[in-house]
Amino acid sequence: MIVAEQKNLEEIMRMIAPYERVMILGCGTCMTVCNAGGERETSFLHGALRLAQSKSGEGTHSFSEYTVKRQCDYEFLEVLDDKIDDVDTILSLGCGIGVQAIAERFPDTPVLPGVNTAFMGMAKEWGIWDERCAACGECRLEETGGICPITRCTKGILNGPCAGTKNGKCEANTDMDCAWILIYNRLERLQQLEKMRRYYPPRNFLAVARPKRVITKANTEAGENNG
Amino acid sequence: MANSLFEEKLNSGEFLVTTEVGPPKGADIDEMVHHVDLLKDRVDAINVTDGQSSVMRFPSLGGCLLVKERGGEPIFQMTCRDRNRIALQADLLMAYSRGITNVLCLTGDSVDVGDTKEAKPVFDLDSVQLLKMIKTMESGMDIAGNELKGTPKFCIGASVHPEADFIEPQLIKFDKKVAAGAQFLQTQGIFNLASLRRFMQYASQFDVRILAGIIVLSSAGMARYMNKNVPGIMVPQSMIDELAGVEKGKGLQKGIEIAAEFIRTIKEENLCHGVHIMAVGNENIVPEILEAAQLVKVRRRTGKRSV
Ligand code: SF4
Repeated sequence: MIVAEQKNLEEIMRMIAPYERVMILGCGTCMTVCNAGGERETSFLHGALRLAQSKSGEGTHSFSEYTVKRQCDYEFLEVLDDKIDDVDTILSLGCGIGVQAIAERFPDTPVLPGVNTAFMGMAKEWGIWDERCAACGECRLEETGGICPITRCTKGILNGPCAGTKNGKCEANTDMDCAWILIYNRLERLQQLEKMRRYYPPRNFLAVARPKRVITKANTEAGENNG
Repeated sequence: MANSLFEEKLNSGEFLVTTEVGPPKGADIDEMVHHVDLLKDRVDAINVTDGQSSVMRFPSLGGCLLVKERGGEPIFQMTCRDRNRIALQADLLMAYSRGITNVLCLTGDSVDVGDTKEAKPVFDLDSVQLLKMIKTMESGMDIAGNELKGTPKFCIGASVHPEADFIEPQLIKFDKKVAAGAQFLQTQGIFNLASLRRFMQYASQFDVRILAGIIVLSSAGMARYMNKNVPGIMVPQSMIDELAGVEKGKGLQKGIEIAAEFIRTIKEENLCHGVHIMAVGNENIVPEILEAAQLVKVRRRTGKRSV
């Protein structure tokens, strides 16, 4: 899933400053799971913004809140059609994809990002999220025992650990496991160390040329145009 | 025919001494010039570091040019931290054209440990891939398979950490470096003869020259700090005690003695093919170490190069 962190209140207040009627829009999918912008966080933020405004004595914003099931899908944005004319901006607590979906779906309404989208990952334990996938476009997890060196090694190198690993940790961050030590241990356990002994050539960055597009077979009938 | 004077020496079987200079943080190169002049005739080659520890500095290639100008034999340290494969190849062509043909291929430190933490880390290649890429260039092609007009030739090396706290994965990497074409390996600073012996037992199955890394300690505090923080460094307690035992201000002297003694033993026992002395920030003391290690010799300054 996608993991994000809510922006701090100060930055959010700076962003909304030019707008009168602000709709705080939560997302019921990833942002709910990572506690950055679900229904609960939307209502907390709503309260915090109201409080900040009344404390400062300045600001004449009026706030509303709403949470859709998923912001990254036009289908789920339809419910906003009859509300959009009553707001001057949408403060989206969706990930960067949600924000852009809103920008595309409502071309006349400014949309503001309320979270910093961080990565694709999973919960290590409650409240601690770790990145797992960098969407490199050429999955090589078969070669590396199911542990991604592109994502989990700071340098994303492919032929084994650099010289900076110590006590199984990474030179860049001693709280983080060295991906290549994890990979070694896992491959050893699976008796597949020969996979680590292989030479891996440089990555193909054409596979991640931005922006990417995936066209599924179901959607390639003649005449179909997704542009 | 050899691609560099250093390569010729690697193949000669003589006991080799290399050292390194770190380029300045700024445009004032006087001190580096001084170090190069001091060292160029006392060692077989001088490594020029490439933004060591991810600190922005005067470039390695520029330092190598300087070594060359002053009549020394440079080893161009090249990391993959700041340049993608296009820029790396361009710099290699430039190096070759100026007679800089020894290259030490390194992945490079993480940007986060340096002084410009917000920079974009590149790491388009790793050290093994860099070695391979140079081999490809030597075959007359660039990494994308396009023909080169004029084929460069290099003598290539890499690094290895015989005292890494988890050696097996490092040995796999070492194997890959050798298979990729590394002709020489300079080790991380090594302090235990036993681990050097053990490593050499392993390494001797390959046709590759090993230069043992010698870091000159200047105090017990420095030794303890490195043990705690620098990957692949293990200063034994006995050495720390020795350093701790000397009067204040005499630590560096002791460090020089320790290093010299270590080098002497390596040479006498013929443990490996040479040493690489890292006097981080104390380049001035290298001649003293060589003297104490009885390694003073007049070194040949000219050699044949197959250009
Ligand atoms: S220590 Fe491990 S995870 Fe960190 S950069 Fe080196 S190889 Fe990658």
